[in-house]
Amino acid sequence: MSVLVVADHDLGALSPATARVIHAVSELGPIDLLVIGQDIDAVAAEAARVAGVTRVLVAKGASSSDADASLIAALAEPYHYIVQSAGSVGKDRMPRVAAKLDLMPVTDVVKVLGPTRFERPIYAGNAVQTVSDGQARHVLTIRASAFRAAAGGNDAPIEVIENSAASAARLIAAHRTESDTPDLATAQIVVGGGVALGSAENFQLIEQLAKKLGAAIGATRAAVDAGYAPNDWQVGQTGKIIAPDLYIAIGISGALQHLAGIQGAKKIVAINADPEAPLVKLADLALIGDLFEIIPQLLVELDKAGLKRD
Amino acid sequence: MKILVAIKRVVDHNVRIRVRPDGTGVETSGVRMSMNPFCKHAVEAAMQLSEAGHGDEIVIVSIGPKASNDVILTALAMGAHRGILIETDAELETLAIAKLLAKVVAEENPDIVLLGKQAVDDDSNHVGQMLAALTDRPQATFASEIKVVGQGIEVTREVDSGRETIAIPLPAIVTADLRLNTPRNAALPMVMKARSKPLAVRPVAEFGVDLTPRLTIEKVSPPAERAAGKSVASATELAAYIATEVSQMEAL
Repeated sequence: MSVLVVADHDLGALSPATARVIHAVSELGPIDLLVIGQDIDAVAAEAARVAGVTRVLVAKGASSSDADASLIAALAEPYHYIVQSAGSVGKDRMPRVAAKLDLMPVTDVVKVLGPTRFERPIYAGNAVQTVSDGQARHVLTIRASAFRAAAGGNDAPIEVIENSAASAARLIAAHRTESDTPDLATAQIVVGGGVALGSAENFQLIEQLAKKLGAAIGATRAAVDAGYAPNDWQVGQTGKIIAPDLYIAIGISGALQHLAGIQGAKKIVAINADPEAPLVKLADLALIGDLFEIIPQLLVELDKAGLKRD
Repeated sequence: MKILVAIKRVVDHNVRIRVRPDGTGVETSGVRMSMNPFCKHAVEAAMQLSEAGHGDEIVIVSIGPKASNDVILTALAMGAHRGILIETDAELETLAIAKLLAKVVAEENPDIVLLGKQAVDDDSNHVGQMLAALTDRPQATFASEIKVVGQGIEVTREVDSGRETIAIPLPAIVTADLRLNTPRNAALPMVMKARSKPLAVRPVAEFGVDLTPRLTIEKVSPPAERAAGKSVASATELAAYIATEVSQMEAL
């Protein structure tokens, strides 16, 4: 039984999701880690250090839906499992790979129960499916936030493989959100803001608090749609799924679609004016009041408590 | 240009769902059903392309029980021209759905196939990508903007790092994300008119696709419940709580 994991990477760095995916599937067999893209030498070197990786395969060339799927499908033959994180790249590529191989994929896996049994959330996390996959081979996407990361310290061999897959697509522009905060999907602490912040300027309060805590910044769909925060900060069914140790939700009432994204948070703190808000009811700890008074006080109090993680 | 839009009837997204006590699934009988929200964005996108002069015919296809006629009628009331219901009472896997849709694509030969990026019941997010593989067409998933440029389209996609814009040639498969547009509500005259538009009901067996499930759903369970929380009265207490949580984290 052998496993092909497709690495996620961005701006020349291996995504933290990949080490979590490796850990998630480490019981399934020896793992080859495939890195596809341009200028990926540093990514491959990082990939080789992840514990549990037998071999790093490097396929140089522009990464795109159709070309990646063709390449992965062509490499699939010797493997029992073909796996990527359930991020925007894995979600885009893996169903295409599965259909090419005439396989039904199991996606958004949050628990590996055994070689052919998996748990995945449905209905935005309001129910959990236990799936058994009797196919000869398995295509999986893994929700990285549900797993701990594999350790480092490995020194797996790196092999460059031939990549002649062509794409019909052409990348015209990437509109990136500049931010020096941690990755939302894998952050240990997330500070999230809702539409109650009232403006993009006020949203900076959320950013200040996040900076102090070394936290990633999240936002509700309403806050994003109102222009207070960029779309890749959106947490929820349509945005990112988070599973931090601590989620601090500020001025967020808790629409179903937002709650779908935070089910995996271990502890939830809510700051809200409305004691009846669904998120306040869900929270482990709530402070009811005016967020514009509370956040500045909280910043001072955290300083007094000697807390500084940035 | 011809646009095919595939849509799904699901439990209405405002309904609080209930897992059946026997673990066989989510209760869907006696529950309000409607068009999957992402599919609605796909229908609206087709309408807007058509209104900009890029769609002579919009064909709607849905796969499901007879009652799925309702969501096809909704799409026809939004302005689509005709509908196809592939009728089955079985709950089909996404791979089987994609294979059926590939047959429809072979018959209809649309320039653009639009789908919602995922259905809010099984949250799979598979069918567009699978259909693209089976028809060997380029794909643009999670679209927040679609522009027709020359012989192709430029699609802005919502990705983990923000957004990216790609150009793909036609024919192509596009899946809709929520920010693509604001779906219209059909006016009453349109709803009346929808009933007179062609709607072909075809049994699933007609398509000769192997629909045997590949996966076994052993059970469906409710998520783990969260213990009731408490509240504090001041930022000082809150800061103390956060400091404690953080110190425990760093001990890990």
